Amino acid sequence: MTKQILIAGFGGQGILFAGKFLAYKGLTEDKQVSWLPSYGPEMRGGTASCSVIISDEPVGSPIVSKPDVLIAMNIPSLDRYEDSVVPGGVIIADSALIDRHVKRTDVTAVEIPATTLASENNMPTLANMIITGKLLEILDGFNEESIRAALGKVISAKHADMLEVNLKAIEIGSKL
Amino acid sequence: MVVFDKPKSLLDVSMHYCPGCTHGIVHRLVAEAIDELGIEGKTVGIAPVGCSVMAYNYFACDMIEAAHGRAPAVATGVKRSNPDGLIVFTYQGDGDLASIGMAETVHAAARNENITIIFINNAIYGMTGGQMAPTSLPGQVTQTSPYGRDVKACGYPVRVCEMLSTLDGPEYITRVAVNNVKNVKAAGKAIKKAFQNQIDGKGFSLVEVISSCPTNWGMTPQKALQWVDEKMIPYYPLGVYKDRSADSKEDK
Amino acid sequence: MADKVLMKGNEAIAEAAILAGCKHYFGYPITPQTEIAAYMAKRMPKIGGTFLQAESEIAAINMVYGAASAGMRVMTSSSSPGVSLKSEGISYMAGSDLPGLIVNVQRGGPGLGGIQPSQSDYFQATKGGGHGDYHLIVIAPDSVQEMADYTVKAFDLADKYRMPVMILADGTMGQMMEPVSLDLDIKPAPEKPWATTGTNCERKHNIINSLSLVPEELEKLNFERYEKYAHIQETEVMYEEYMTEDAETIIVAFGIAARVSKNAVAAARKEGIKVGLIRPITLWPFPTEVISKAADKAKRFISVELSMGQMIEDVKLAVNGKAKVELCNRAGGMIPSPEQVLEAIKNGGAE
Repeated sequence: MTKQILIAGFGGQGILFAGKFLAYKGLTEDKQVSWLPSYGPEMRGGTASCSVIISDEPVGSPIVSKPDVLIAMNIPSLDRYEDSVVPGGVIIADSALIDRHVKRTDVTAVEIPATTLASENNMPTLANMIITGKLLEILDGFNEESIRAALGKVISAKHADMLEVNLKAIEIGSKL
Repeated sequence: MVVFDKPKSLLDVSMHYCPGCTHGIVHRLVAEAIDELGIEGKTVGIAPVGCSVMAYNYFACDMIEAAHGRAPAVATGVKRSNPDGLIVFTYQGDGDLASIGMAETVHAAARNENITIIFINNAIYGMTGGQMAPTSLPGQVTQTSPYGRDVKACGYPVRVCEMLSTLDGPEYITRVAVNNVKNVKAAGKAIKKAFQNQIDGKGFSLVEVISSCPTNWGMTPQKALQWVDEKMIPYYPLGVYKDRSADSKEDK
Repeated sequence: MADKVLMKGNEAIAEAAILAGCKHYFGYPITPQTEIAAYMAKRMPKIGGTFLQAESEIAAINMVYGAASAGMRVMTSSSSPGVSLKSEGISYMAGSDLPGLIVNVQRGGPGLGGIQPSQSDYFQATKGGGHGDYHLIVIAPDSVQEMADYTVKAFDLADKYRMPVMILADGTMGQMMEPVSLDLDIKPAPEKPWATTGTNCERKHNIINSLSLVPEELEKLNFERYEKYAHIQETEVMYEEYMTEDAETIIVAFGIAARVSKNAVAAARKEGIKVGLIRPITLWPFPTEVISKAADKAKRFISVELSMGQMIEDVKLAVNGKAKVELCNRAGGMIPSPEQVLEAIKNGGAE
């Protein structure tokens, strides 16, 4: 089985970090993974996106052009990528920042106010992980052990104290 | 009793330089410094592109031939490979060092790269047959300034020592000449000091040697040496432009 | 199996180089390869090595020239415009028979171009770039693991043949993260009696030099170097074949283009189309023979490239009129999609 995930939003929303976490989680579960960021000036305040592929087979192209799952964390991302999602796929949108509904009717649309929830729970920078928690719940449920392992890899030693709050954010998302 | 001998660091081969050229004198001064300091076995020299391109055939130490102007970068690569074990010098002309290789020169100085640079300033491109150099004097006639260097069209000569001495980086910047016995002796001292500085780990040392080019200046050797005195030295005054160690002693 | 870590392609090159004994790195910042320099800046001081940010790409390659002369395993990295600047120094390294690694993480051109992935430096890498008669060994990885593996291999080949080797990657290869094992096949560098390490007054002086003013002598040096190149062409070709046994159509693609093409081949096979892929891993020496042999059976070749069609010339030379050769390409930083390649497989690309 292969899951192609596209995460998109503004630079600074932790788009690349969420993607790295998913890739590490795949790696700790002995899956084949790839992670490919957009790069260049758009990383600094403009749009950021990353392609993550998690598969039982060797990964072919690392570029996700037809995602099974789209995480859209701002309006330009939803506008740009909504049509590219495969029929039967999933779109998770941050409804706190996107003031329209998903138009596609042939996909599972999940709209959660991730940014608002992050503020309310005193973790304003972790909307990305709340929305990632929702994604995990849809894909394969909340498995604390592999989530912890992956967070341990993706969070640098310098920021190790951030592990628990990330875990909490994922848990919040997975319960929505 | 032998009172006059060839320095050991200079190979017993015939050089290709023109009659009356001062490259031979400077080669000898460099070789004498290497001999006196006993560093031949651990010295690596970098030859430039220009008249001294084949210096690699004349020095007995290991030698590298660099691309035009890049000798300070090549020297940096060599020195960083074995900073404690190797003594590295470049031997460059004015076109090589002050025109095409200016960036490499300035940045090696700014880094205080622990190397020694021997800079031959004869105000002309010799090897290619006498074109205008970055150091050609105002009004100087060359193949590419046939009506004399017009500073309105081609700018002013570059005074390398004055310019480099404004940087915080370099240790020792000095200008000497080899047009008479007294000057040759002073040049020898400066070159030896430039190597000693490297041995002592003090950093970037550059010795500019005001030289003559009878062939491309269109003069007899004697006349060329006179021209050094009358034209070159007034524009390029001899002296020590920077000597960090000596200066800091004076400060105390 | 050793533990795998997730790394960017650029970081994998840097770490593999260090593991291969490269203790000297000289570079200049340029997107999309800057992670290599950043990684080296962090690691080199901790292992007693040199990281030096040069004043230009020109200075950087000449510092490489110096350190290689002194017998070190040494590298530089850049992206397309920067590699143009290094080309003079690369030619001098080739002419002075110096080993060293140059990494080009390509971006779209010409000129300042863009910063998105490209393969449009194929000609520059394989046909010269600098002046004079010379070749580089050019290796094109298609995964982060290969970025690491072939970095080690590049140092071995450079030392073995005393010549510069280039890793030709692109923005995706440099920026993407994949699991990589750093349990690499490291061999010690050979002795380098030719290096300028100081005579110690015990031997004749060594000279590193590319100048030779007597044409008869320079010709002899060129002929000798080309004998070495011929040997490399016979013994060092690397490629991967994928589903070519019964293929009527064969895609030729390297690097990221090969990754995309594999998806297209798999999709076409599901539809019963007999298509396969030949992936050159060494771009020089080019896998001419395997393509020539395949052309005895296959009817059609498609060169898939992130350029206006450069490798296709070598594919045509290898096919030598035995089959049709078409192009499926994007340029300027765009990447062909698997769907575009599938379309070319079904309905033909540009001829």
